[in-house]
Amino acid sequence: MTQITLIEAIRRGMDEEMARDPRVFLTGEDVGVRGGVFRATQGLFEKYGPDRVIDSPLAELSIVAVGIGAALAELRPICEIQFADFIHPAFNQIVSEAARFYYRTSGAWRVPLVIRAPYGGGVSGGLYHSQSVEAFYAHVPGLKVVIPSTPYDAKGLLKSAVRDPNPVLFFEPKKGYRAIKGDVPDADSPEGDYTVPIGQARVAREGRDLSVYAYGMMAHYSEKAAEIVAREDGIDVEVIDLRTLLPLDKAAVLASVRKTGKALIVYEDNLTMGFGAEIAALIADEAFDSLDGPIRRLAGPDVPGVPYAHTLQEFYMPNPHTIAAAMRDLAAY
Amino acid sequence: MTTDALVRASSRLGEQTLLSIYWTMLLSRRLDERAWALHRQGKIHFHISAMGQEAAQVGAAFAIQRGVDYVNPYYRDLALSIAIGITPFDIMMSLFAKQGEYSSGGRQMPAHFNSRRLNLVGGSSVVATQVPQTAGLAFAIKYRQKTGLADPADATQPRVALTCLGEGSTSQGEWHEGMNWAGVHRLPMICLVQNNAYAISVPVDSQMAVANVADRAAGYGIPGVVVDGNDVLAVYDAVREAVERAYAGEGATLIEAKTYRLTPHSSDDDDRSYRTREEVELWKGRDPIPRFRQYLQAEGILSPEQAEAYERRARVEVDSAQAAAEAAPDPSPEEALGAVYAPAEGGS
Repeated sequence: MTQITLIEAIRRGMDEEMARDPRVFLTGEDVGVRGGVFRATQGLFEKYGPDRVIDSPLAELSIVAVGIGAALAELRPICEIQFADFIHPAFNQIVSEAARFYYRTSGAWRVPLVIRAPYGGGVSGGLYHSQSVEAFYAHVPGLKVVIPSTPYDAKGLLKSAVRDPNPVLFFEPKKGYRAIKGDVPDADSPEGDYTVPIGQARVAREGRDLSVYAYGMMAHYSEKAAEIVAREDGIDVEVIDLRTLLPLDKAAVLASVRKTGKALIVYEDNLTMGFGAEIAALIADEAFDSLDGPIRRLAGPDVPGVPYAHTLQEFYMPNPHTIAAAMRDLAAY
Repeated sequence: MTTDALVRASSRLGEQTLLSIYWTMLLSRRLDERAWALHRQGKIHFHISAMGQEAAQVGAAFAIQRGVDYVNPYYRDLALSIAIGITPFDIMMSLFAKQGEYSSGGRQMPAHFNSRRLNLVGGSSVVATQVPQTAGLAFAIKYRQKTGLADPADATQPRVALTCLGEGSTSQGEWHEGMNWAGVHRLPMICLVQNNAYAISVPVDSQMAVANVADRAAGYGIPGVVVDGNDVLAVYDAVREAVERAYAGEGATLIEAKTYRLTPHSSDDDDRSYRTREEVELWKGRDPIPRFRQYLQAEGILSPEQAEAYERRARVEVDSAQAAAEAAPDPSPEEALGAVYAPAEGGS
């Protein structure tokens, strides 16, 4: 076991998959000699060369579309979108094309494609370097949407994504790239080639009093908030790190709320029509009898983006203290 | 330049191949006509036609290795698809949206030609999305050759990726981004623009400020070729040259086949509001099928008796395909739920 950062785990995941399978290649803006603007692909150009680590033109839809074509030809592309904010030009290719190929050809053509994109706020990135885009894609059958929050999960889920025969959107909480560290088995250890299955949530913290559902940076903040309310208020919070939004681990969501009777969903996307709405609907529909309080959502306000100035950004972003306050409020029911 | 290179590639086509080209164009036309009739009879919901564009499509298909090289078509490529191996029965099953219909199991509208076995990629209805994807297919060909995953001389593997679209669709950013990749990475790709003069109702001069789509090739650093899209052998020659370039690792080619759509855009369109009957009649006089028939007859390759025999055979094939498709069952309702995700591969 070695402690590494989230971004190092992602880099190792790509490196190991490229070493394992010659069909795996990387493309995106600045992924070559620059090693990516966040350094996620650092060293891979030197190791695998320009045939397998390809600087794309500055045009996101074709990064995805070329990936789709290569995936149709049974290569295993990993496409990097530099910031999730810039993925929208590729929406057509992701939603109309990648997601639908298998269905529209009745299983004849599949798209084993990974699209990686750093997402999320709190990084002084303003409207166009902070977005959470997961809700757009979690609405689309045919896609898988994965958001890891720990180095262990990031590497294991990324490897699963590369080996998955379907298009997988892999959103990385960039605020945690270097801030989040964790133990990851060494590549040469017996468990070095571990994978984490797509579609399974993780109980990040066990608790009895209420359930918190979160992912990405908000899973971390929720754990911190749970520590605060445990210490200060004696509230015992269970934190579920969803890890995969699509397909959603419904069993894990329901099992927790059936135990605690209370549910809070935390996400940094805008509140309305965000992913929390789906969790709330699922719980209302299938665990109503277990509820001992309202289903609550804590999310970003309904404004068109995360604003830049630090006071505005801090107001926008949920943080351990606002989450702790929401936990106390719900626990009081 | 060698003497050989000055000879038109089509001049080396044998008589049987020339007749096969003619037969394919004719079969597509008769099938197409039947589809319009079925729509007028209220038997099918929708048809979109290739009429008038058979030379552009069949000429291109015969220039590639059919069923091996990748083809990413558009919704008008009926004749192209037939040339590659889609059958009249397949097409009829699509028109009637019957159970197990070849392209999508009845999920897609007709004219979304598809065969994994024939490397014919099943597209969407969103125009030009197939162009950057075709750059991806071509990228994969080159990737496999460069990384040693495939032998570039192995003719059982695809060595070029062909995509088609109309001239209106070249206004899409998707087209630009795909062509740009093809140019930057010198991809073994052919983009065949079937310029049929209208994008539904909108004429070419409202789509672009240049005389030819092919003029734009300069912007991608690749050759751009204009060809008479109603001359099947001219199209064959142009595409064959592009295929040779691609096979030789010399990169992509943009080919613009100037042609004309003899029918409304689709069974839901009425073209009388946007083009004159005189113009349509003028182009009916340039119909590529009689034109090629006259050529074959003048060359002594096709006799009037043979031509009539082809007509009879086409009628029989279309009749029997229609009868079999009409008799086939509809999809079971719950088939709407299947094949959303590909299953995980066996092993690790």
